[in-house]
Amino acid sequence: MNAIPAPSAAPTPATSINVIDVANIEVIYNHVILVLKGVSLTVPEGGIVALLGGNGAGKSTTLKAISNLLRTERGEVTKGHIHCRGERVDGLTPNDLVRRGVIQVMEGRHCFGHLTVEENLLTGAFIHGSKRRQIADDLEKVYHYFPRLRDRRTSQAGYTSGGEQQMTAIGRALMSRPTTILLDEPSMGLAPQLVEEIFEIVKNLNEKERVSILLAEQNTNVALRYAHYGYILENGRVVLDGNADALRENEDVKEFYLGIGGEGRRSFRDVKHYRRRKRWL
Amino acid sequence: MLGAFLETLIGGLLTGVLYSLVALGFVLIFKASGVFNFAQGAMVLFAALTIARLSGEIDNKEVHLANFVVAAAILGLAVALIGWYAWREFVARGGGPDERRKMQILAAVGALVGGIAAYSYGKGAWPIWLAIAATAAIMGLLAYAIERLVLRHLVNQEGIILFMATLGIANFLDGFGQTLWGSDIYKINLGLPKDPIFLFEAVFPGGLLVDPGELVAAAIAAGLVVVLAIFFQKTRVGRALRAVADDHAAAQSVGIPLNTIWLIVWTVSGLVALAAGLIWGAKLGVQFSISLIALKALPVLILGGFTSVPGAIVGGLIIGAGEKLSEVFLAPILVKAFDLAGGGIENWFAYMLALVFLLFRPQGLFGERIIERV
Repeated sequence: MNAIPAPSAAPTPATSINVIDVANIEVIYNHVILVLKGVSLTVPEGGIVALLGGNGAGKSTTLKAISNLLRTERGEVTKGHIHCRGERVDGLTPNDLVRRGVIQVMEGRHCFGHLTVEENLLTGAFIHGSKRRQIADDLEKVYHYFPRLRDRRTSQAGYTSGGEQQMTAIGRALMSRPTTILLDEPSMGLAPQLVEEIFEIVKNLNEKERVSILLAEQNTNVALRYAHYGYILENGRVVLDGNADALRENEDVKEFYLGIGGEGRRSFRDVKHYRRRKRWL
Repeated sequence: MLGAFLETLIGGLLTGVLYSLVALGFVLIFKASGVFNFAQGAMVLFAALTIARLSGEIDNKEVHLANFVVAAAILGLAVALIGWYAWREFVARGGGPDERRKMQILAAVGALVGGIAAYSYGKGAWPIWLAIAATAAIMGLLAYAIERLVLRHLVNQEGIILFMATLGIANFLDGFGQTLWGSDIYKINLGLPKDPIFLFEAVFPGGLLVDPGELVAAAIAAGLVVVLAIFFQKTRVGRALRAVADDHAAAQSVGIPLNTIWLIVWTVSGLVALAAGLIWGAKLGVQFSISLIALKALPVLILGGFTSVPGAIVGGLIIGAGEKLSEVFLAPILVKAFDLAGGGIENWFAYMLALVFLLFRPQGLFGERIIERV
């Protein structure tokens, strides 16, 4: 069996099938800190793509580069480009992207603490103006996927549990009627059971609502079980990518990300060997 | 005795209404952007000066003309600069519908200012309603300029940085208002009845003496509060404003355009400043010291809570009434008991009250509870 999936050819130029095409982007914070050193990835229509890697690998930065939330953190895409359904989107505002159906659920939930759960959800429909009928329908849909939120609809979001806040954040994103959700660390600080619950809902959304998902996760194990395709980031570069099944079987991924020890690979030389096998894009 | 007490109380409450209006402007901006806008007092002064200068009777035709030409030139330049900046952005972005709408609004405001300027040139002293309308437009323009030139570049920065920026805006406005309109003391004539009216003559000997102008002021303030409360709690934009107040980044991530929201909230608080300036100016005349009432608004905010619209109102009323009552009734007792030289309680009463509140209820009477999950 081929342990390392053959590196996919250079990212295909924007086609209509890919909702998101990131081509060789470089991101610099504060004009000096180089965080992404040429990241390329694609999200096909209706796919769940996982972006994996440790702390500081550049997962969140990649997502923020796509949703254009980067600029408010003094970050900047200095090289490469980002296409959304064939249309170039770097340089737009986050608002423009939400209108194009691409919305980010930020790391650490970021609910509006002083608003009630329902008000939180309604803020997600901001771009839809005052189409009352549609907003009421969407609210019902969110409550259908997250029944727990219906019970807590009148509580202030700041006082709900971490899981409920994560659900609120995802539900809020759904209210904008997205075609693509950029999901940043949905498992952060949640109990394993709750993580499963949330990933199940995400999978449901993907299958029933045809929402494409780009998922940044540290929890490689869960992410690879639900995703179709995965990219592994290290130090701002994609070092490995492939189908989720292939990645799960990969010796290096097993050892370094899934914590399943490979037999007899304990010496430093073996780790160096691993370094050589990584793909530098 | 009771009559005197009630009279003092009513007088105090009506002064309190003015504090409330200033505090309201603070609350609006703080709620929506987490910025403590030190420039609120300066905005009140600027609005009052503009109204006074535009509506005032001018005895010296020559001075008026020179002033006006300078003012029109500077305003025109500002409009042109902002327009040029917006146009450049519009072209750079390939002109989305949002930008186009902004351009249209900008052009409309520019045309309004130009038209009013032309009108005034022929006529001299403006009717009060026109002066108010023009000032409202100028406050909107000011909000746009502040958002464009200052806030836009400071998104997601520390609160203290934004605070320093508003400090700069405050000083700029204080000076700029004088550059435009001169530093004399002006009068605003609203045409309100000046004669005091007497209430409840049957109950108290001689009745209660009330200034009708202050009653009008109270009515305006009450109306503003009701409108704002509904706006914040019930409307889509109001909800977005509260969302922005809670979390800038998250609000952006769900597609709420920060820049538009800030423009709205600065315009609204500019209009509140206009109302405050109008009433204050009609009552006491327009002079530089108006911008210092921002300092009186601080204890009001601490009392009422920085994020609460009703808090600003109630806080203002309590401070206004408390000040006057303590001055009239507490001061003589203190003076007699400790053989002091005089009263002066009015000057420190508000701050003492604020200190007590900071010790025991730092979020104020109506402030949002500080949410902390353990």
